[in-house]
Amino acid sequence: MTAVDDRPTLSPEIGRDRRRKEDQRLITGRTRWTDNLALPGMLHMAIVRSPYAHARITSIDLEAADKAINIYDVFDGKKLQDSMGVMINAWPITPDQKAPTHYPLAVDRVTFAGEAVAVVVARSAAEARDAAELVDIEYEVLPPVLDIKEALKDEVLAHPDLGTNKSALWQFDSAAAGTGGNVDEAIEKARSDGIVIERELIQQRLIPAFMEPRSVVVDPVGEQITMWTATQIPHIVKFALAATTGVPESKIRVIAPDVGGGFGGKLALTPEEWITFAVARHIGKPIKFTETRSESMATGHHGRAQVQHITLAAEKDGTVTGLKVHLDADLGSYVALLGGGTPVLGAFMFNAIYKFPAYQFNCQTVFTNRTWTDAYRGAGRPEATFAIERVMDDLAAELGVDPLEIREKNWIKNTEFPFTTVSGLQYDTGNYEVATEKAKAAFGYDELRAEQKERRDRGDRVQLGIGVSTFTEMCGLAPSRILGALSYGAGGWEHAEIRMLATGKVEVVIGVSPHGQGHETAFSQIVADRLGVPFEDVEVLHGDTQVSARGLDTYGSRSLVLGGEAVVRAADKVIEKAKVVAAHLMEANVDDVQFANGRYTVAGTDQGIGIAEVALATFTAHNFPEGFEPNIDSEATFDAVTFSFPHGTHLCATEVDTETGQVKLRKYVCVDDIGTVINPLIATGQMHGGLVQGISQALWEEAVHDEQGNLVSGSFVDYLLPTAADLINFDVGHAVNPSTTNSLGTKGVGEAGTIASTPAVVNSVVDAVRHRGVTDIVMPLTPERVWTALQGSGGGAATVEAAEPHFEGQEDNR
Amino acid sequence: MIPAQFDYVAPSTLEEALAALGEHGDDAKIIAGGQSLLPVLRMRLNAPELVIDLGRIDSLRGVRDDGDALVIGAMTTHSDVVTDSLVREHALLLSKAAAEVADNQIRHRGTFGGSVAHADPAGDMGSAALAMDAEFVIAGAGGTRTVPATDFFVDLFETAIGEDEILTEIRVPKKTGWGAHYEKFVRVAHQWPIVAVAATVNGSGGTISEARVALTNMGSTPLRASATESALAGASATEDGVRAAADAAAEGTSPPSDLNGSAEYRWHLATVLTRRAVLKAADGA
Amino acid sequence: MTKISLRVDQENVSDDVEPRMLLVQYLRERLGKTGTVIGCDTSNCGACTVHLNGRSVKSCNVLAVQADGATVDTIERLASDDGTLHPVQEAFRECHGLQCGFCTPGMIMQTVDLLNENPNPTEEEVRVGLEGNLCRCTGYHNIVKSVLYAAQLQQGVATETEGANA
Repeated sequence: MTAVDDRPTLSPEIGRDRRRKEDQRLITGRTRWTDNLALPGMLHMAIVRSPYAHARITSIDLEAADKAINIYDVFDGKKLQDSMGVMINAWPITPDQKAPTHYPLAVDRVTFAGEAVAVVVARSAAEARDAAELVDIEYEVLPPVLDIKEALKDEVLAHPDLGTNKSALWQFDSAAAGTGGNVDEAIEKARSDGIVIERELIQQRLIPAFMEPRSVVVDPVGEQITMWTATQIPHIVKFALAATTGVPESKIRVIAPDVGGGFGGKLALTPEEWITFAVARHIGKPIKFTETRSESMATGHHGRAQVQHITLAAEKDGTVTGLKVHLDADLGSYVALLGGGTPVLGAFMFNAIYKFPAYQFNCQTVFTNRTWTDAYRGAGRPEATFAIERVMDDLAAELGVDPLEIREKNWIKNTEFPFTTVSGLQYDTGNYEVATEKAKAAFGYDELRAEQKERRDRGDRVQLGIGVSTFTEMCGLAPSRILGALSYGAGGWEHAEIRMLATGKVEVVIGVSPHGQGHETAFSQIVADRLGVPFEDVEVLHGDTQVSARGLDTYGSRSLVLGGEAVVRAADKVIEKAKVVAAHLMEANVDDVQFANGRYTVAGTDQGIGIAEVALATFTAHNFPEGFEPNIDSEATFDAVTFSFPHGTHLCATEVDTETGQVKLRKYVCVDDIGTVINPLIATGQMHGGLVQGISQALWEEAVHDEQGNLVSGSFVDYLLPTAADLINFDVGHAVNPSTTNSLGTKGVGEAGTIASTPAVVNSVVDAVRHRGVTDIVMPLTPERVWTALQGSGGGAATVEAAEPHFEGQEDNR
Repeated sequence: MIPAQFDYVAPSTLEEALAALGEHGDDAKIIAGGQSLLPVLRMRLNAPELVIDLGRIDSLRGVRDDGDALVIGAMTTHSDVVTDSLVREHALLLSKAAAEVADNQIRHRGTFGGSVAHADPAGDMGSAALAMDAEFVIAGAGGTRTVPATDFFVDLFETAIGEDEILTEIRVPKKTGWGAHYEKFVRVAHQWPIVAVAATVNGSGGTISEARVALTNMGSTPLRASATESALAGASATEDGVRAAADAAAEGTSPPSDLNGSAEYRWHLATVLTRRAVLKAADGA
Repeated sequence: MTKISLRVDQENVSDDVEPRMLLVQYLRERLGKTGTVIGCDTSNCGACTVHLNGRSVKSCNVLAVQADGATVDTIERLASDDGTLHPVQEAFRECHGLQCGFCTPGMIMQTVDLLNENPNPTEEEVRVGLEGNLCRCTGYHNIVKSVLYAAQLQQGVATETEGANA
């Protein structure tokens, strides 16, 4: 016990741009990607996949493959049917939702091109692939249904046994819910004496395209079956494996080691995980499966894929009076983990920051014979933000006013928070005026408008457009009671644990599971501040269910707002427990002991003891309070009452080459309110990456299938991800209004950029050419679509469903 | 993805390579830089029994001055073509086009000869070679023959190189002092061109005296824009001066339609890009 | 099987390999150099970038047998023996030029090559110089910043603390 505190004072960690703890191993190549693992006796698996989008399997001949050299075993669906479990949907959005049984390995029919049909297990990955080519499968090809609108007609069925392609219709109506008026009445009124904007907008299919292909290793040897998997959700994988295979949950350990990006794409239970698990149990040896990029593109879930019907009603002065939304959302051929829940997450966000008095949302989910869809960065909210921000621009154009003016007229004023919206959510804090003013200033809004006018007047070949997106989103998925009300199959709490080690170091166990977000750094900062210990002394552990037993993983911008709060509460429990020990050691009354900056002191004396010393005293337990267990470690589980609501104003300038339709980014400024910023370096990095994914939806990305249902954009040759050479620097600013939903005041940042940027870009391009009569261009805004729109032929031509054959042997479409 | 099994030889002389090729014929595949072949093998779109690697044959590498022509070894990498001083002086268009091939890493491995022998109509070097009136020196068991660029490109992935032959050199008539530009149109930087135009122009005082223009990805082979070339002779190097000539660039072409653009759009692009390529080339003439 | 001998990360190595084995597989599976990763099968992503005889190549697009007799350098030997980071590694850390880190080995190896060729590139030259490397996390903003900062570090005009604030 030291009477005088001679430690250097620690400066606050929260708000500091700490360099990341994670980076050392990543920049030196000392990484633990799942595919890096090699276990003694490990075998390799290759998957034989369906070349057809819809077919009945009439026969499978495994014999030739089984006889090939160094082949350990071969399996088809029938052989594994009783042990492999099924793929589950955690969110039946309606009680009568239709969902086909989804076996990890097809049993008698295939419903999308790429579906797994047989597997080969060999001593090497190369031999497994060689033998996979010897598996002889005969199919009776069935007609596929591929297009959302075609599927709704129920003429060709993705699953004939279901009798329909329609899975579920989910509805929200503000009049019925008591949160607003009758939207049909509002629209009727606007038709007679106001303005009605009706649009059909397309959210094209996207591929998450994380950089690390998915990989899974299952080791069945030992007391627990261990699965390493490139996933965002190790805890959910563990639970679901147990729930569907009958293996006791206590017999399963799931580890997400270094995971190379996810963006929702690894918020998944994958057939490959289930098959590998089954095969490893069957053979009794470690098995590895690593997908190729082509497999990843064709079979990992896709995102977006909606047709949006939007009807906005307003008074003649531009005051909005109602919003009606109908979505037709493509599930693909199965209902994935969240499935129809993904578009439903948008239900609460179409009204956005605007004071709509009446609102109705309808979402019809529909099966097609395409790759299943699920969460992709933003999950439901980008789609909603896109639609409302596009339509608000159209309203501004209708009235001939600046798009920011129509937004300001309708948005929630900063004096009106907390504000309960027409979809029933209460926004706690925000300030759209300040974010917008800051963004306009940084952007040089007025100067760019002047340049735009000058270029228009001059008839310049290159036209300038300015796009606006004043978005909000809901983060921190999700309060368990709300999830329960939505029939989601799990809770939305988060868990953390703090271990005070004898040597003064601190282990923080988190239930959220990072894959690039920098949790080890940010959570260290939170704990360092809370416990008053050096940043370097904090170790953050995660991603292994043996270490982190409880957690609901990382998605939906939840890690900081929920996981961070759990960490804070666990730290506070440590402080309270240790206080009793400190009081005992200092022979003081516990009520007189105070904690600050990592130190317990006794009021009115110079007595003090550091929390590390308390930890050591707890370890030895030689001198401990009577009846008090020698343990100051603590854990906490946090369940939020509501969401948090980041918002921001995004301004995008683009240059459109009117001769070719080529779009070039000129300038991008955003000012976001993401609540309290723990680490500005990391938060800004999240914004940059998020922005580009949203921009990329607007300009480049599209998953295209041909008429047979084969994925045409099945590699990075044809699924266009932008490079550094296609992008610009971003001006990212913050306008902070701390959230009131958690003690740190954080709001969430992971998805903000993606949600906001897509409409900012599209609005910008349409703004550049609106004077030429263009009102909409379908995403992605290919040069051809922009050019065609400029020719007066509309900007909605469908993408040609063919790729160029750059590799000899590819099918030639010429 | 892992290629299927194959045997491999890496002869150190052209004669050995030709002998191996003669022995295995259709079952063998030549690998130069391998930048187009290896993806094909990895995706198992092709599974040769034997791969013959030309990488150990030093005589196939490098650029030499041969009087009124440059001789570029088929195994010369794109990055060497970009920076070679002889190429920059006498065949600037090749240097400009090579600089636009794929990316740095690919250019470090990929070769001029491999690229044209692969004959992807979206490949950048084919149209540049065509515009330069290059000749292709092809070796076979019976000796070598020289094929002009107009006869070299036969169809999609098909050239005049016979099954038992190897492309050894590309002879390029010097166009010393000519301006050059390769105008490549892509949606993202690492793409093959949707359309590209290779142009090299001679002239002075703002007037074009001679021009060579070829199109990438406007058909199943690189295409020469002959009508444009004739119309450019004597034209002034201005937007209006070259517009009519450029508008003729797409005449008679049959470009593909795919997810990056329809044939109609490519026709339009070809005219715009031709105008831009010619003007930029003239700017350096 | 073909016998190959090469120098990888300053060590002489020799193995019998199948001709079809890709250089990246040889590095990962035979030599255990898992610092170099595989991100695609069409040579677009650049995650597998290493140096072959001093120049950057995509090791998924080179056969191991083609590297017989060559010198190969990977991310794993970029830092000094004493653990001192290479200026490019230091710059990526300093400027937050990575998130998930999967593309990072390739990005760093390509950056080293780029700066060898052009020690003082413009932002535009950096962007074009990295066109063969895909990143899905960072939007490239901080990668470009990292490369420019690394150029400064290598030329001794920046100190190691001002990167992300520059």
